[in-house]
Amino acid sequence: MDIKDLVLQTLKENFTDSIIEITDFRNDLSITVKQEKLFELAKFLKENENLLFEMCKDVTAIDWATRKNRFTVVYHLYSFKLNFNLRLKSNLETEPYQIQSVTPIWQSANWYERETYDMYGIEFINHPDLRRMYMPEGFEYHPLRKDFPVLGIPESLPLPQKPE
Amino acid sequence: MGLEAKLTQDGFITTTIDAIVAWARKSSVWPMPMGISCCAIEMIAAADPKYDIARFGSEVMRFTPRQCDLMIVAGTVTYKMAQVVRRIYDQMPDPKWVIAMGACTSSGGMYRSYNVVQGIDQFLPVDVYTAGCPPRPENLLNALMTIQEKISKTRARDFQDIIPQKLELINK
Repeated sequence: MDIKDLVLQTLKENFTDSIIEITDFRNDLSITVKQEKLFELAKFLKENENLLFEMCKDVTAIDWATRKNRFTVVYHLYSFKLNFNLRLKSNLETEPYQIQSVTPIWQSANWYERETYDMYGIEFINHPDLRRMYMPEGFEYHPLRKDFPVLGIPESLPLPQKPE
Repeated sequence: MGLEAKLTQDGFITTTIDAIVAWARKSSVWPMPMGISCCAIEMIAAADPKYDIARFGSEVMRFTPRQCDLMIVAGTVTYKMAQVVRRIYDQMPDPKWVIAMGACTSSGGMYRSYNVVQGIDQFLPVDVYTAGCPPRPENLLNALMTIQEKISKTRARDFQDIIPQKLELINK
């Protein structure tokens, strides 16, 4: 059986209602999942003996700048057993933009989620240490949001005073 | 050299304190290598035998601000890094000079962005700006020579206010 079919079939058997969309673009499989089911499905992907997606390569987000479905959180997973890459997506529809953290499943997601929180302001529930990654603490904005100006907001970042 | 000839001939020279102090200062400008990004590679190249910054008495690049006269800010300064750069600058003893090396430090360069300081002259008193991305070692040496020229024009009384000012700051 084709690996792609194996993954899809195993997922469909267990999560028929949770999967919103499946796309297969240039041999890259993406699965869009309901926000509240993502954690459960991610745990299943890692622990199922036929799949074993043991590696979380990236967590990031997309800001669509539209009022509905504004953010999409994207997870890139890899299975050593199958030598197969899988992309998980989940739409965040309304404020507050929150999703369950996958750090309890993959430790590597810890800093990825911190980065996504820093840049997009998406809150990861149950994250062990959700602090900013790049921007100084006390900074109030999220720079990769589409409504953030490229040159920043004046006076939002402190500078030392120029000596005489 | 002029000095040796003079000394072997007469055994003494006449000069002013201002002139000899400025001459000594400009001949041993010890840099603080504030290498933050790619400009630092060209700064290192300026210290190698081909360009040889030692010709100007500036080969002593120790990574401590305590013994430095000149800060070479070589690289993109972000808002987060600006605090660090300023803190190191504050630890250098007076009198001190600053070279803004390259486009990023002079004006933000190609990083016209929320996280990069658009010119370090917003928080540091810069003496010489160096063009280039990154500037070639010759360009850095030229900046150093400009600093030397500037130092040779200083007089001792230009700095006499500095220590009382610092004491006042500390007492505050």
